[in-house]
Amino acid sequence: MSGLAMAVPAAAPLVEMRDVSIAFGGIKAVDGVSIDLYPGEVVGLLGHNGAGKSTLIKILSGAYAADHGEIRVNGEPVHITSPRDAKRCGIETIYQTLALADNVDAAANIFLGREKLTAWGTLDDHAMEAEARKVMGRLNPHFRRFKEPVKALSGGQRQSVAIARAIHFDARVLIMDEPTAALGPAETRQVGELVKQLKQEGIGIFLISHDIHDVFDLADRIHVMKNGKLVGTARVSDVTQDEVLGMIILGKCPPGAVPGPGAVG
Amino acid sequence: MAEPSTTLSPAPSSEAPAGRRAGIGDALRALELDTRMVGMIGALAIVWIGFDILTGGAFLTPRNLWNLSVQTASVGVMATGMVLVIVTRNIDLSVGSILGFTGMVVGVLQARILPEIWGFDHPMTWVVAVLAAVAVGGAVGAVQGAVIAYLGVSSFIVTLGGLLVWRGAAWWVTTGQTVAPMDGLFKRLGGGFEGAIGAGPSWAVGIAAVLLSVAAILVTRRRRAGFGFPVRPLWAEGVVILLVAAAIVGAVLVVNSYPLPVPVVRRMMEAQGLSTDGTLPFVAHGFAIPVLIALAVGVAMTFLSRRTRFGRYVFAIGGNPEAAELSGINTRRVMVMVFGLMGALCGLSACIATARLNAATNANGTLDELYVIAAAIIGGTSMAGGVGTILGAMLGAMVMQSLQSGMVLLGVDAPMQNIVVGLVLVAAVYVDTLYRRGLK
Repeated sequence: MSGLAMAVPAAAPLVEMRDVSIAFGGIKAVDGVSIDLYPGEVVGLLGHNGAGKSTLIKILSGAYAADHGEIRVNGEPVHITSPRDAKRCGIETIYQTLALADNVDAAANIFLGREKLTAWGTLDDHAMEAEARKVMGRLNPHFRRFKEPVKALSGGQRQSVAIARAIHFDARVLIMDEPTAALGPAETRQVGELVKQLKQEGIGIFLISHDIHDVFDLADRIHVMKNGKLVGTARVSDVTQDEVLGMIILGKCPPGAVPGPGAVG
Repeated sequence: MAEPSTTLSPAPSSEAPAGRRAGIGDALRALELDTRMVGMIGALAIVWIGFDILTGGAFLTPRNLWNLSVQTASVGVMATGMVLVIVTRNIDLSVGSILGFTGMVVGVLQARILPEIWGFDHPMTWVVAVLAAVAVGGAVGAVQGAVIAYLGVSSFIVTLGGLLVWRGAAWWVTTGQTVAPMDGLFKRLGGGFEGAIGAGPSWAVGIAAVLLSVAAILVTRRRRAGFGFPVRPLWAEGVVILLVAAAIVGAVLVVNSYPLPVPVVRRMMEAQGLSTDGTLPFVAHGFAIPVLIALAVGVAMTFLSRRTRFGRYVFAIGGNPEAAELSGINTRRVMVMVFGLMGALCGLSACIATARLNAATNANGTLDELYVIAAAIIGGTSMAGGVGTILGAMLGAMVMQSLQSGMVLLGVDAPMQNIVVGLVLVAAVYVDTLYRRGLK
């Protein structure tokens, strides 16, 4: 267990993944990783391409089922074997690919899998559009293209739709996989503002990125992964960016960090 | 009258594609008509008028249009299901064979099994036959869907196998014997003068359809206005209602000006004890029952695809299967339902085709899979998935049947007919590709 739990007051972590492993065709993509996240906290998950961070997070969001290990939400063990299970636990994910159905409009995407129905059991598109206008108004006040399929939208607008879908359903845990990869500077700033706002609302956020500056700006703590293993965990205030680069590239754990099973030396 | 349309969109220009001239363009945009659908109707109009000119006025007659509508019914019903199959990025090559198989089951059921239980011409025979056809077809489709969804075999292969399996199964039902004749009431499902509802009921159907369409348009408008969303200007709403009403009333007028043959009228009057001396009255066919079935299927399938969760999931799966899965949609179950529905519609079409032929043969529906797929594609369903409409597919079926029927009237040889239909299919998809590219 991470000794850092003491550093954060209050009860059990919002989410805890303990000793999680998954293998694809004999290759251990994630190997005995334990990470945690507290309410109102932003935790960065860092590592090279192929370090296993996206795979780890897909286990939490229900896209993959872990071979081994345990997931706890608010201290209670949960079984997450599908995206539906994850959503039921209040875990929402914004995927790097955005995972939008390109051929339907913004409201249909926001409510996909959780449609609002009328008293007759038919789709209540008007009510969904009304709520979509509300939530999009908060994220992207200039957005007007509610009637068009999302493939007609710009990268930033598509991102707003993906974020709206994640935050509209009272998420307690938000997973953001490379949320700013496809965005310009203004839109990146906007996402940063949103992260701070959500944090204040007590939502816990996993931020997956290989942009170390982004992570230092927004995260409270970081977990670093290399070759499927956890190199170490640190508070952002206790380590320098160079030290974190050392963790990512060499797997070397600095004094300010708590080493994991993947640490060298 | 004050329009609430501006309450939420202070910059309406950003809602519509910019850069077109004012005038007709603006007016068309206010109507919010689907340009593709307008194009389809335009193409159909060109085909109709072209054939009418070439045949010296033999095409656009009530008689020919009535026959055209009956001939389209079977393929039209199946095309609505094929839209959903293709929208989910799949294909179903087995529909003609499923039609053949369920047709044989229905034939044996009503000509051999049911008469042994309750005698010939029992009023429930046709009901049991139709329900059995839909159930058997649905089960066959669902089994194929389960193999596709849960065992991961591609739909092309599974339904290619199904094409052979069910055609073979159709032969096995009676070891190849044709079953005839069909039950008297069942036969009406296939059309003919016994299967037409007459002038009065046709007006009733037409008026009900107009009222329902107007109610649907107005309810939608009020709901949108209630949420403060932009709505069409009132004049545009009026034009749309007029167009819909004109189409429906036009159809009623056409079917009501196709008279029953004189001997039939005489027989009917004699049956009612009326004098048949002097001039016989004009008795109209009215809508054919198979056409009403096809239209009802079209409305129901449009409702299913646009207004229900199932339909939304079908389109989402077609747009991005991975996203649908990650959204928590049980995509495999939806796939089984799509193929089950396709099979059930084949069962219904089997009833229409068997009733029309007044016989169940194991060759019934041969090559229908190609006509059904072509109808869906000509109707704007994209092979890439995610795009397609029920109305478009039914119009597509109408275009195909119009081409064939027109060429028959012109005396074109059968091989030449196939060549033309094949070329039209390829050309239609090419035009559609151009249209899509133009949208980018």
